[in-house]
Parts: sequence; C-alpha cells; structure tokens
Amino acid sequence: MTAIHQTEWTGLPAAPGTAIGTGIWLRSSPAPAVEEIPVNDEDVQRELSRLGQAIERVRLRIRDMRRQTAARLGESEAAIFDAHLAFLDDPAYVGEMKRRIPFEKKNAEWICRQLTDETAAMLEQLPDEYLRARSHDVRSVGDQLIEELAGRTRDAVRWPEEAVVIAEDLAPSELMQLPREVVALALLRGSRIGHAAILARAMGIPMVVGLGEEFRQVRDGQVLIVDGQSGLVRVDPDGETAARARERIQNLNRQRQQALTRVHEPARTEDGVAIRVLANMGNPSEIQTALSRGAEGVGLFRTEFLYLERSNWPAEEEQFRVYREMVEAFRDRPVVIRTLDIGGDKLLPYEDREPEDNPFLGLRGIRFCLARPDIFKAQLRAMLRAGAFGDLRILLPMVIDAKEVAEVKGIIYQCREELRNEGTDVPDRIPIGVMVETPAAAILAGELAKEADFLSIGTNDLTQYTLAVDRNNARIAHLFDHAHPAVLRLIQHTCEAAAKSGVPVSICGELAADPEMTGLLLKYGVRTLSMNPEAIPLVKEAVRRTRIHSTG
Amino acid sequence: MEKTVVVTNATGLHARPAALFVETARKYRSDIRVEANGKRADGKSLLNLLVLGVTAGQDIRIIAEGPDEEEALGALVRLIESRFGEAAAREGGSDQ
Repeated sequence: MTAIHQTEWTGLPAAPGTAIGTGIWLRSSPAPAVEEIPVNDEDVQRELSRLGQAIERVRLRIRDMRRQTAARLGESEAAIFDAHLAFLDDPAYVGEMKRRIPFEKKNAEWICRQLTDETAAMLEQLPDEYLRARSHDVRSVGDQLIEELAGRTRDAVRWPEEAVVIAEDLAPSELMQLPREVVALALLRGSRIGHAAILARAMGIPMVVGLGEEFRQVRDGQVLIVDGQSGLVRVDPDGETAARARERIQNLNRQRQQALTRVHEPARTEDGVAIRVLANMGNPSEIQTALSRGAEGVGLFRTEFLYLERSNWPAEEEQFRVYREMVEAFRDRPVVIRTLDIGGDKLLPYEDREPEDNPFLGLRGIRFCLARPDIFKAQLRAMLRAGAFGDLRILLPMVIDAKEVAEVKGIIYQCREELRNEGTDVPDRIPIGVMVETPAAAILAGELAKEADFLSIGTNDLTQYTLAVDRNNARIAHLFDHAHPAVLRLIQHTCEAAAKSGVPVSICGELAADPEMTGLLLKYGVRTLSMNPEAIPLVKEAVRRTRIHSTG
Repeated sequence: MEKTVVVTNATGLHARPAALFVETARKYRSDIRVEANGKRADGKSLLNLLVLGVTAGQDIRIIAEGPDEEEALGALVRLIESRFGEAAAREGGSDQ
C-alpha cells in the first residue's frame, strides 16, 4: 500500500452532511509552547497583574461565547462553557497560580502551563468519567490564558473561502470560534460522542473523527471532500470527482431548502400512503428542534442521559418529571421511550461492574435491567406514571427472544399493581415494543411479534452484530454498511413476520435517515421512520417521491 | 465553627450541586473547608470539591472560619438540606 499519495481516508462519522473545501490545519490544538523565564522580586507584581488581566479577558471571551452559543444553539449547549468559567475563579487553579508566581519567581505563562498540566493530569487519573472529561475543560482554559498572556491570537489564520478544518482534536470553545467559512471538520482523534460532535451536529457542520496519525500528511491547501454520513474523506480528488461532489452538495442544499418549506405537512407517498416520520432524541432540550423539523412524535427517546454524568442512580421522581415533560410536549403524538441501554461502550461511573472481555456481547440493554430489577423498576414506575399524561410507549433494547419480553411484562404488571395500591393513577395499557437490533431478534421476529405490541428495528446495532463489524473501529469503518444485503434481508424478514401478526414495524437508526433508502424500506412494509431531527425534512421529501405499489 | 451534615440529594456533591456549593461559599469572606472520605477540600474550589467524590448518603464536615462564619455555615447547611433542589436519593433503587 502506498501511504504517500493516499487519497481516500476512512474515519468515524460524527456529524452528518457532505462538504467540499480547502484543507487548513488548526494548529492551536496542541498546547502552545511556553518558555520558562525567571523573574526578579520587582517583576513579580507585573506577572501577577498580567495574569489578572489575562483572566479577565478570557472570562469575557468565554462569557461572550456562552451567549452566542445560547442564542444560536440553545441553553443546554451553552452550559458546556459553565465549567470553563468556574475554573477561572477556582482557588485550586488560578488561586494557586497567584500563590506560585511570587514563590517560584517565574513568568505567568510558565506557572499557568505547570498548573494546567498538573490539574488536568490529576483529573485524568480519577475513576469517574465525568471528572476525567473535565480535564479537557481545564486544558482549554489554560491554553486560552497562555494565548492571552503571550499576546497571540488566532486571527492570523487566513481562511480559505470554503474551509475544511483539519485538527488533531477540537475543544468546544475552538469549534464555536471558527468562522462561517468553515464547511467541514476532519479530526485525527476526537470522539463521536464528545461535546464537539454534539455542537457540530447542532450547527449542521459535517464532521469525521478518528482519521488517525497518518492523516497528518494532508497539507494546507489540498482539496477535501468530507462525508459526515459514511466517514469517508477524499483528498485532492480529480476534477471530475470534485465537480460531481459539488453538484451533489448543491442539489442537496437546494432540496434541503425546499424540504424545509413543507416540513410541517404530513408525508404521503405518491400513491397516497401516509408515513409517520418521528424523531430520535437523547435529551428533552431537543424538543423544540424536533418539533421545528416536523417530527410527528418521538420514535426513540434514549434515557441514558439521565444516568450519565452523575454519581448515583437517578430517582424515580426525577425520571417521572422528564418523561412527563416529553409526552406533554408531544401531546397526543406517540413518544417511544427506550429503557436504559448501558453496557457496551456506555458505562456508569457509579456502577460496580466486573470488566468484560466483550462488552458489546456482555451485560447490556435489557440484560442489565433484568439483572438489576431494583433499578429497572424505578424506571418502569416512572414511565407508567408519565403514561397518564400522554401517548407513552415502552421500547426494550437488546432483546434476543420472547422469554425476555414476557419477563419484562411481568415486572411491568407488578409495578402497575404497586402503583395502584399506592393510589397512583396508571393507564390500563401501555404499548410495549421490542427493538430488533440483534440477528436473533430479526430471525425470531414472528415469535416476538406475538409477545410485543410493535417492533422497532435499530439498524446501527443490527448492522454491527450482523456483519461482526465494530462501529467504533476506524480501521474497519469501510465495512460498516447498513445497506449490506445481509442486513437488508433481516429487515425484510422482520417486516414480513410482523405483517403476518398484524404488528407495526418502525425503523430507527441511521438507515431511516438515509433518503436513498426510504423507498426500499416503504416497499418492505415499514410505515414509521424515526431519525435524528435534522434528517426529517429530506426523508419526508423522499417519502413524497415514493410509489409503493408500483408495477415493476 | 463547624457542622457535620449528610448529603442526601441523588447525585452527591457532583457537577451542578458542587458548582452551587462553591457559588454559595464564595459569597462569604470566611474560609470554608469541607472534609469527607478522609480528605479535605477548599469549599470555594470546584476542582477540590469534585475530587472529594462525595456521593449520596455520605457525611461531610463543613468548617467555616472568618468574620461571617455563622451566616456562611448556615447557608451551606441549608443548601445541602434542601438537596440542591433535587429529589431524594433512595427512590431510584439502592446503589449496593
């Protein structure tokens, strides 16, 4: 293999969309180099006041960024910057800098670098995932302080008209500071679930992460096509490929604009079949976005956010309030809530879990919940109570056979009895659905349809388990294909088996968000599609172009 | 002066509650220290407090020293007893 002129790179897709532009390295990511300079007694005061000024300037900058982020993306995205602001007042961080300058008699930059490194290293050693993630925040604040102290600004960068930013990694603050010329992001490292990815998705900037060290050979000025859906990055495409990419992007933009104008109209196929298009959501803060993109309900509400970034299991009451907020926001439209799906790559800091050799084949999804009925019941009770306020439905992840569904129904029955004995209002019937995301569940779809009220195909995990391709492994990312014939055949089988039992099937997962696949899925018999809200407008358009009962 | 209190909110002194504690402590001129898990933290430092790792159900000792120590201690104890506006820890199933 020739590594020198590699033109195609595969990373992990982190924010959807396609863009073409000129590559430009953002080199501020690695910590700015700092010189150690001794200062004498008279200069200590000067260093202290330089540090004080730098702190105030950085504070203004972060506050400004927080305001902009709140206005542009919303309060929950803006809250990312609160931890940054807190560190600027922290006695253990800036307070310690002020103590060390007169003690060590060194320049402010040097002391700031020292303390930033020490603090970040200390946080990185902690067992708690939430605290480890704060090390990133400390580094970001430290780098900004040093930049201010050194009087350097990032404005020296000359931005090409359509810029594809290449960087090792990207902090949320760096992302928010990028100018409007930036059309895509390509990162050597980075995470598809990190804050930067959340912001990129919210801003609609395509992003690919995990491109690897070798990607360093890409230079400023080279043309890049970034496909945030597949994770593919092309470098210096030939004229024809570039022209085709530009045309496709323009078409897509035009379609998107057009789609947005009729996003609140229902989606009907050419031959008049009504298709329900729902949103996948991971947090109630996304309610407004989902509604504004034309979501007719929620097809997948992930509940993991309630359990992550904290130090103990969430209380029933807290969960109840969130579920109630969700169903009330969507009134008489369905809100499908998935029970806790931890395990795999999502672990909780406060859970005492034995390490597993194969976490994705381990204690995750419904397996965990059935092993911890105390935790499961708190969630089910919260859901049953919220069910009195709207159209709430329960979805079970990682099921492999009907026995598991029957067992859950038994627990739900118990919870309902308990709640009624306590005098709480609970609806008589709440639909229970099964997520089809293991090959076993797809093969046994007929049996599952007898036990469940609906099936929902989770194509991301179904693809991963059917093809035995780890979706977090950048080196085999090119094999991760949700339209692989093996996956499609399982989907088709699931739809046919469900139809025989008269049970509805929906699709959630990336496949549902791909307008090129919409026609095929509808022909399989799918009548409900659920996807990230940004994808809804184009999928609704794709539905309108489809003729299900064609003669051909 | 000092007082020992039990942290009863669900998340312990974590993320938002820790930030609220620090924000409150900083309103007073007195020195505030927090002891838990055999460690001691500066009550005005978010970093220090996070690293203490106080979870629901744990005792912490708050020590205030200075001109407004009484008010400071009172405000911090009230904050913890109000569970930072969160629900109680035990409803969510026990954390063994």
